[in-house]
Amino acid sequence: MRISWSNTSHPASDGQPIGVRPNGVFWLIGLFLLVILPTLNVLPGEDSWLYVSDFTLNRFGKFLAFAILALGLDLIWGYTGILSLGQGVFFGIGAYCIGMHLMLTIGSESVYGSALPDFMVWNQVKELPVFWAPFHSFLAAVGLGILLPMLSAWIFGLLAFRSRIKGVYFAIITQAVALSAWLVFNRNETNLGGTNGLTDFKQLLGFRLSEPGTQRMLYVVTVLALGGAYFLCRWIIQSRTGKVLLAIRDSEQRVLFSGYSPANYKVFVFVVSAGLAGLAGLLYVPQVGIITPGQIGVLPSLEMVIWVAVGGRGTLVGAIIGAISVNFGRSLLTNYFPELWPFFLGGLFIAVVLLFPDGLVGLMRYMKPDAIRSLLVKAPRAQDEARP
Amino acid sequence: MSDKGSIIYLEGVVVDYDGFKALNHLNFIVNYNELRVVIGPNGAGKTTLLDVICGKTKPSRGRVIFSKDVDLIGKPEDEIAKLGIGRKFQAPSIYGNLTVWENLDLSLKRDSKGVFPTLLSRSTPTERERIATTLETIGLRDHPYRRAGSLSHGQKQWLEIGMVILQDPALLLVDEPVAGMTDKETEQTGVLLQALAEKHAVIVIEHDMEFVRQIARTVTVLHEGTVICEGSVDVVQADSRVQEIYLGRQKVGH
Repeated sequence: MRISWSNTSHPASDGQPIGVRPNGVFWLIGLFLLVILPTLNVLPGEDSWLYVSDFTLNRFGKFLAFAILALGLDLIWGYTGILSLGQGVFFGIGAYCIGMHLMLTIGSESVYGSALPDFMVWNQVKELPVFWAPFHSFLAAVGLGILLPMLSAWIFGLLAFRSRIKGVYFAIITQAVALSAWLVFNRNETNLGGTNGLTDFKQLLGFRLSEPGTQRMLYVVTVLALGGAYFLCRWIIQSRTGKVLLAIRDSEQRVLFSGYSPANYKVFVFVVSAGLAGLAGLLYVPQVGIITPGQIGVLPSLEMVIWVAVGGRGTLVGAIIGAISVNFGRSLLTNYFPELWPFFLGGLFIAVVLLFPDGLVGLMRYMKPDAIRSLLVKAPRAQDEARP
Repeated sequence: MSDKGSIIYLEGVVVDYDGFKALNHLNFIVNYNELRVVIGPNGAGKTTLLDVICGKTKPSRGRVIFSKDVDLIGKPEDEIAKLGIGRKFQAPSIYGNLTVWENLDLSLKRDSKGVFPTLLSRSTPTERERIATTLETIGLRDHPYRRAGSLSHGQKQWLEIGMVILQDPALLLVDEPVAGMTDKETEQTGVLLQALAEKHAVIVIEHDMEFVRQIARTVTVLHEGTVICEGSVDVVQADSRVQEIYLGRQKVGH
């Protein structure tokens, strides 16, 4: 079996120092996403073959928001070896924070013309619940959208990691948390819109969300946020703390007896991953226009793990590639064969586990011309004397 | 009170695994700069003894005093490690996906091993020099950037010893260092441990009697969780109770 919960021997890192340096390809992709795509959305005429439609750009913005979450998940799962099946919850907290702000900015444009969100009128709630009040402020919504996930992860992480809950047990508990969060968000009593979630948003900071220009700006902000998240993760991975995270994956016992507290390091990486998931949620909602409990529960959380697995655990670029490609595949497939998607997703996961455990990044590495050449001579083996 | 010259002092230690007493009112003292070998048949409690000292196992009774008056009972493992007790495990316990250099670098003694100081810390020239010296000591001078997982079994064992050395411990606990090593590697390991004993107190657990003969000055024999004999190799081998335990075992085992 190549896959394991704690992921002790990871072949992706065979011989080479793991931190991925941004190379030419990285900057090219950055340039493409940040400059070329939005430009192609604005400049060419709609009938030009170069034209990128508003829909496509918007869809990419959504994928890139997911990629931010995938980076965080890769940090905790790919690098530290801890499988969290509850990332959807942190994503959901971020998403609902900005969603609540957007609900409050609808104001009298709502269907019932009340200052209260429509679903409250419908549920006969007369007054805005107290916990909604801070979300009148955009800055508070953004701040809470990142800090609340981090705070939840910190509390949960302290409890779990200090009690030395590991491996499959940690995975199961995080899944239980995802389930209970889903139940809580579903209830009408929690005043978060119940099963229908939050939607019908009109404006953000005075910009109409239906305007292509607003969506383009949101897209650019998402690309920049993804870039920032990437450099944050890279900085962590290349620091000595990043080495400790990898060391925890390889031999937690040794880390402990070298005078480090693995629990503190795990809490740290869990908190970072939660913050990134919250950020992803913040960017997702204004671009997609709706957030429901269905997008944050057990199944979405599992799907997030598959993104990272498909892209390639233990490489930051892999997490980004995985999030984009799986979601791209999803939007293609659900267009043509909506009922086949779950089977496809499951098949993809099995294929990754059995056939290419290092994901797409591992495949690409394997497909390099010199790798093919050495394949013809003898079985390929990563060089062991790679200098950092 | 603990003896003034002792680095580790165990008194009346009991470790009870659901009625099975892995350690049974064990008394055990090791002095500064001593190289002590602990032998005994399987299940005698040798590894449990090391587990108790480094905090992995909590005894149900007894006292464990480190140095002059540091009570180790109830302290978490990482704190005990920082106090100056290093542990080398039986199966090589290294970071397979990091380089040899990174393995040593993480083990190096530092003022703080918290998340944030570690995030910002940079290697000093002194630290790099210490790592280089240790690479020399453990015979891995030529492989600093090699992935540790690709080392041979013997090299992994040495790497782990090197990692423990860099923690600069006052007391080193070494569990069966030569298991699985070739004769030559075994001999080199013996020389290495003896060199270490000049600066640190070392407790070695070993099965291989030839190796014990090579390195030991004082041997402690454990049986069923208690010390039954202590002295030089010759004294221990001449002891009738020791012979009985080992002969009894041989009848069954070989």
